[in-house]
Amino acid sequence: MAQSINEIQDELIAEFDLFEDWADKYEYLIDLGKKLPAMSETLKTEENVIKGCQSRVWLHAEREGEVVNFHADSEAVIVKGLISMLIRVLSAHSAAEILAADLYFIDRIGMSQHLAQTRSNGLLAMVKQMKNYALAFSAQQ
Amino acid sequence: MGSLVDIKNVRADFPVLDQQVNGSQLIYFDNAATTQKPKSVMDALAHYYQFDNANIHRGLHTLAERATTAYELTRAKVRDFIHAPSSDQIIFTSGTTAGINLVAQTFGRSTFKAGDKILISNLEHHSNIVPWQMIAKETGAIIEVIPVDDIGVLDLVAFEKQLDDKVKLVAVNHVSNAIGTINPIATIISLAHAKGAKVLIDGAQSVAHIEIDVQALDMDFFVFSAHKLFGPTGVGILYGKRELLDQMPPYQGGGEMIKEVSFSGTTYNELPYKFEAGTPNIADVIAFGAAIDYVKSHGAEELMKQEQALLAYASDKLTAIPGLRIVGTAPEKIAVISFVVEGIHPQDLGVLLDKFGVAIRTGHHCAQPLMQRYGLVGTCRVSFAFYNTLEEIDRFIVALERSLRMLG
Ligand SMILES: Cc1ncc(COP(=O)(O)O)c(C=O)c1O
Repeated sequence: MAQSINEIQDELIAEFDLFEDWADKYEYLIDLGKKLPAMSETLKTEENVIKGCQSRVWLHAEREGEVVNFHADSEAVIVKGLISMLIRVLSAHSAAEILAADLYFIDRIGMSQHLAQTRSNGLLAMVKQMKNYALAFSAQQ
Repeated sequence: MGSLVDIKNVRADFPVLDQQVNGSQLIYFDNAATTQKPKSVMDALAHYYQFDNANIHRGLHTLAERATTAYELTRAKVRDFIHAPSSDQIIFTSGTTAGINLVAQTFGRSTFKAGDKILISNLEHHSNIVPWQMIAKETGAIIEVIPVDDIGVLDLVAFEKQLDDKVKLVAVNHVSNAIGTINPIATIISLAHAKGAKVLIDGAQSVAHIEIDVQALDMDFFVFSAHKLFGPTGVGILYGKRELLDQMPPYQGGGEMIKEVSFSGTTYNELPYKFEAGTPNIADVIAFGAAIDYVKSHGAEELMKQEQALLAYASDKLTAIPGLRIVGTAPEKIAVISFVVEGIHPQDLGVLLDKFGVAIRTGHHCAQPLMQRYGLVGTCRVSFAFYNTLEEIDRFIVALERSLRMLG
């Protein structure tokens, strides 16, 4: 049985708990960003760009059987790190699970500043777009 | 490295500077976006609401008189500050953007005909682009762009060629917010006038850093925002030549801007009230007066010297960082430095510097056409005010180098 969304969130929280200060956390985040698997260039279309981010962010989703898989990329490595965590938490779950997900890990790992409602910030837009994909897929069922 | 202004006392006047952000002492290097406010401005604001609050121009009672006097006193201070010939040519708006829109919708609408040209520059803020695009679309006027060279200087040779008798207005900024270039507005204005064109100068980025004399430069329109001159948000100034302001139709209709209203017709009030419909931002206008007093009492020239010292020091330090390139190296600049670092997105630097307590601006700085000109998605921008110090620059450089290592 695959891990639940909350199990993955708890795992991330435990990983970040190992770091004492913000700089270590951010170094880890940057590392996650650098390791995010490359998104196929053909998916980096205007349509897949998430509006409202200071750096360009692309997000694509596809359904495989019962689950939704996400692919994403960004020009900014910290944003990539954040996306990488979102993908790890939400990918390979059903549309219903994704829609119901409460993403408490963001606050618990000390990254809630990225959810602030400033125009330059994309995390909120990314979460919204991921849920939108899930909503679209669940409507198709 | 002695300071030119008494830095300790000056900093004490700006309480916001004395705080920890994300565990570090705040370093505020985003002064081009908005400047911090001295305590005297906050005091003026509080004093007004505590003792004098009343609507202006209409009431007969004592509070109304006090509020009106204080409000009009700021107008006189602005007149003096920019050396305008008379106070009734100083129109209160809500900001630079509002002033430009006012000129576009009144002067522009009543002047531009199909085929007329509006010249703007490649250095403009979106506020000095979009209002012209809107009125151009309505009137059939055409927008042409004065090119900028690789280091951020406007191409005056091209400008002269663009200037023909179809040009009705030249709208350029005095100083570029994105890269700090000080434009040769004296030359621009005299060339434009020689061809019969009017000139609007966007002074949003210059008023806090350069002595302004609208008459000596023969400006037709000058606009700026109080919040970039140590004053409150929500207040702006439009200066215009009297004959232009007189000819221009009113902008918004309502109270204050009328002389007499009846259903058969309305006569408009005289300058400046013709352009100030409705209850204005009384409190912030009054507090803005305190900001002008503050700058004057410290000697604008002294403050400017301090900023130029910061600019030179920071430019040297930044240039020494491998892979870092300063965007915009015009010989005449205010204390604004835009830069990019090879292989690093500006947003990443902005996020990390904030964690170190350093406030900078990243992105396109509302000047996307300029970013396109240089093939950039954006830059990091540091912009100084006289209350910044060389020591802050040192600490910023340490934070920047550390951030670059983290990202590298
Ligand atoms: C050159 C320039 N013009 C116009 C503006 C717009 O000013 P405001 O937003 O105060 O209306 C700015 C502000 O960033 C600016 O720097």
